[in-house]
Amino acid sequence: MTALVLVEVENGAVRQASRSAVAAASRFGAVDAIVFGDGAEAAAALPGVTRVLSVPALVNDLAEPAADLLAARAKDYSHIVAAASATGKNILPRLAGLLDVQPIPDVVEIKDADTFVRPIYAGNALATVRSSDSIKVLTIRGSNFDPIAAEGGSATVETIEAPASEKSVFVKVELSASDRPELESARVVISGGKGMKDAANFKLLEPIADKLNAAIGASRAAVDSGFAPNEMQVGQTGKIVAPELYIAVGLSGAIQHLAGMKDSRVIVAINTDPEAPIFKVADYGVVGDLFEVLPELEKAL
Amino acid sequence: MTMKVLVPVKRVVDYNVKVRVAADGSGVETQGVKMSMNPFDEIAVEEAVRLREKGAAKEVVAVTIGAQAAQDVLRTAMAMGADRAILVRTDDTLEPRAVANVLKAIATREDAGLICMGKQAIDDDMNATGQILAAKLGWPQGTFASAVTVADGRIEVAREIDGGTEVVSLTLPAVITADLRLNEPRYASLPNIMKARKKPLETIEIDSLGVDTASRLTVVSVAEPSERKEGVKVNSAAELVEKLKTEAKVI
Repeated sequence: MTALVLVEVENGAVRQASRSAVAAASRFGAVDAIVFGDGAEAAAALPGVTRVLSVPALVNDLAEPAADLLAARAKDYSHIVAAASATGKNILPRLAGLLDVQPIPDVVEIKDADTFVRPIYAGNALATVRSSDSIKVLTIRGSNFDPIAAEGGSATVETIEAPASEKSVFVKVELSASDRPELESARVVISGGKGMKDAANFKLLEPIADKLNAAIGASRAAVDSGFAPNEMQVGQTGKIVAPELYIAVGLSGAIQHLAGMKDSRVIVAINTDPEAPIFKVADYGVVGDLFEVLPELEKAL
Repeated sequence: MTMKVLVPVKRVVDYNVKVRVAADGSGVETQGVKMSMNPFDEIAVEEAVRLREKGAAKEVVAVTIGAQAAQDVLRTAMAMGADRAILVRTDDTLEPRAVANVLKAIATREDAGLICMGKQAIDDDMNATGQILAAKLGWPQGTFASAVTVADGRIEVAREIDGGTEVVSLTLPAVITADLRLNEPRYASLPNIMKARKKPLETIEIDSLGVDTASRLTVVSVAEPSERKEGVKVNSAAELVEKLKTEAKVI
C-alpha cells in the first residue's frame, strides 16, 4: 500500500500540520507527496517520503484543478491524505466526489488501514468508522499526530503539468500580517473571549503573547462581536489547537470553543464568573477581572 | 435575472444541547432532544434570500432529506424567505456522498443556477457535502464563503482560509458553502411564519429518484471522549506563574 499526501509548503517550509499528515500516512506503508506551487524541495527533504509529485504551475491551491489532478493519480494509491487545514478541507472532499468515495475528515486516530476515529458533535463524541471504499480519502487532525522531522529525507521529484482551470479563477489573497507563530503549531496559545469587551482590549493579550512566544486566538463569540478576525477563531467552527499551554481569558467555555482546545496539555482560565464552564476543563483557574489579572500576569512572567 | 438558488438544509440536534452518547455505543441520544436547522444552513438561506432581494436571483428553493419531521426546517427556511420547499423523504441516515447524489438529482430537476449551503453540519461535522456535490455536478466551488457577489454570469466569493481571506471568481452554475461571517441570519417574524405555512412544500420519496444512497462507512462504535479533570483555583497571577513553572513545568 502506498499513500499520497497533499503537502502544504509555506515560505519554503512544510507546514507542521502537513508533517503530521505524513506521519499519519506512513502507518499505511510507503508515502508519496504532492506539492502545489513551489516547495518540492522542502517536501523531498521529509523523512519517509519516497517520491514528490511537484505541480509548480498550480500556485493558488484552486480546488478544481487540484482535485482533477489528484483524481488522475488516485489509482496508484490506497490512501490519499491531507491535513485538516482550509486547503485540505477544500480539495479532498472534492476529490472524493470525483472518485465517488466517502471522505473521512478530521481523523484523530488510525485503528487500521480501513478503520478510523473522528470526532462528531463538536468533539462531544468520538465515532469509530470503517470504510469499504477501495481508495480512502482522509484529512488528519494535526494536533493528534506527532509531526515527522522537517529534514533527513531525500525523495525523488517528478514535475507534472497543471490542468487548466476555466471555471474557477484566483483573484487575490489577503493574509493578516503577523510575526507570531501559527495558531495550530504554537507551543502556547492565549485566547480572548467576549469578556475582552472590545477589539482594542485584545491588545492587552499582546505583551503576554510576546513574553511566551504565543499565538493569539479568540472565541466565536468574540469573533461574532467583531473583536477579532475569523482566522483567530478557535473552536469547532474555527481552528483546532492542542498546544502545551492554553490560556483562556474572559471566555466562558462554550461547547463549540472547548471542541477546539480541550486537548491542550495545560489549560489556564481567567474569568470573573467562578461557575463558567471553562473552569471545568482548566488545570489552573484564576477567578478575577481580566483587566486586573492580565497586567499582573505580564509583570509576573 | 432568472437564476434559481437551491438551498439544502439539515435538521440537527440544536446547537445549545449537550449531546449524550447512547448507552449501547451506537450513536448519540436524539430521542426527545430539541432539533433545529443546522446554523450554517441558516446563513445559507439568508444569503440566498438576500440574492433574490437584490435581484440577483429569481427564486429560492429549500430542500432537505429526512423523515416527515424534517418538514419543520423547511418551514423555517420559508419563514426566512425561501419561496418553496422540497422534502426528499427517507428514514435512513445518509452520508455526504449519498446526500450529494440526491442533491445532484434535485439540482438537475430544478435546473438550479446556484447551490448555497452550510459549510458543515454540526452533527457529523463532515464539511464535505458541498465539495462532493460540486465535483459530481462538474461545477466550481466557493467553500467557506464570507462574502458573495453575483455579476456578469459569474460569482465572486471571498473565502476564509488559514491566515486570511482568498477571493475566487467562479462561472455559474456553482456551489457555495457558507462560513460564519457571511451574514447574520434574520429571525422569522410571526407574520412570515404564518405565511410560510401556505407556501408550497413538495414531498418526494427518495426511491423515486433512483440514485445510489448506500453507505460506505460502517459505524463501529460511538464513545464519550475522555473527560479532563477539573483543576485548582489559584489566588493571584503570581501564584499562577509559580505553578506553571514548578508544577506544570510548561513555562
